[in-house]
Amino acid sequence: MEQDWIMGLIGGVLIGLGGAVYLLANGRIMGASGIIGGLVDGSGWSTAAERLSFLAGLLIIPALIVPFYKEVDTHLTSNLWVIAAAGILVGVGTRFANGCTSGHGVCGISRLSLRGIVATVMYILAGGLTVVLFRHVMGVI
Amino acid sequence: MRNLFALLAGSLFGAGLTVSGMVDTAKVQGWLDVFGNWDPTLAFVMGGAIIPMFVAWQLTRGRKPLVGGEFPPKPEARLGRNLVLGSVLFGAGWGLAGLCPGPSIASLTFNGIGGLVFVGSMALGMFAAPALRTTLDRAVPAE
Repeated sequence: MEQDWIMGLIGGVLIGLGGAVYLLANGRIMGASGIIGGLVDGSGWSTAAERLSFLAGLLIIPALIVPFYKEVDTHLTSNLWVIAAAGILVGVGTRFANGCTSGHGVCGISRLSLRGIVATVMYILAGGLTVVLFRHVMGVI
Repeated sequence: MRNLFALLAGSLFGAGLTVSGMVDTAKVQGWLDVFGNWDPTLAFVMGGAIIPMFVAWQLTRGRKPLVGGEFPPKPEARLGRNLVLGSVLFGAGWGLAGLCPGPSIASLTFNGIGGLVFVGSMALGMFAAPALRTTLDRAVPAE
């Protein structure tokens, strides 16, 4: 447990390097919801190859790393209704807000964007409230 | 070249999410759960990611992207209802399942049926969002 924060920091730097490459090489903001959303609603089909290349790396590299771990448990709930509701909320919410943890959180805060900072504060507060409500009050998750 | 750089960026992102433990929904919900066994890992991940990104933004000054084109314009100062409403909805979903868009793709190959259901319903929400947004803007004009 005590080495979790070191791995978190190392992993975080890797995430930031990914964002730096996407920005400095391609001139784009590395936002996962924007990259996926543009493919889903058609608004980003003109840059589909770039988006799909990014998602290929995002999908394949973890699949290659994970076998080296002794055990991998993502602790995802088995309640598919909760998962489906969460997925819809994340899908609609990130497109309304025009960004998620990577776009607003990592890329927005690092350029001191007011929108990125406000969005991050709002989704952390909403997320915290949701966990408290659904875990400690209702006992669903 | 553009696609190769995108593949590299996605690979670094995926490696970082895996190494940091952010594909583990318990770590994400543990960070959000201030009344439970609070897990500070996510703060280190965010902090670690912001360092290279901050340097990258500084390097964009007076330069062009490597493959050509322009850097993103300055961020809008206007906040707006959709930013706040969207972030609250997103945060609620993030808390419920402990997944956000990046990690949901990164963990798709080892997250079982639940991972597929999440990405499927997230795509559904993303598909419906533009129409919902238009409807809401028409019913209750934002500003």
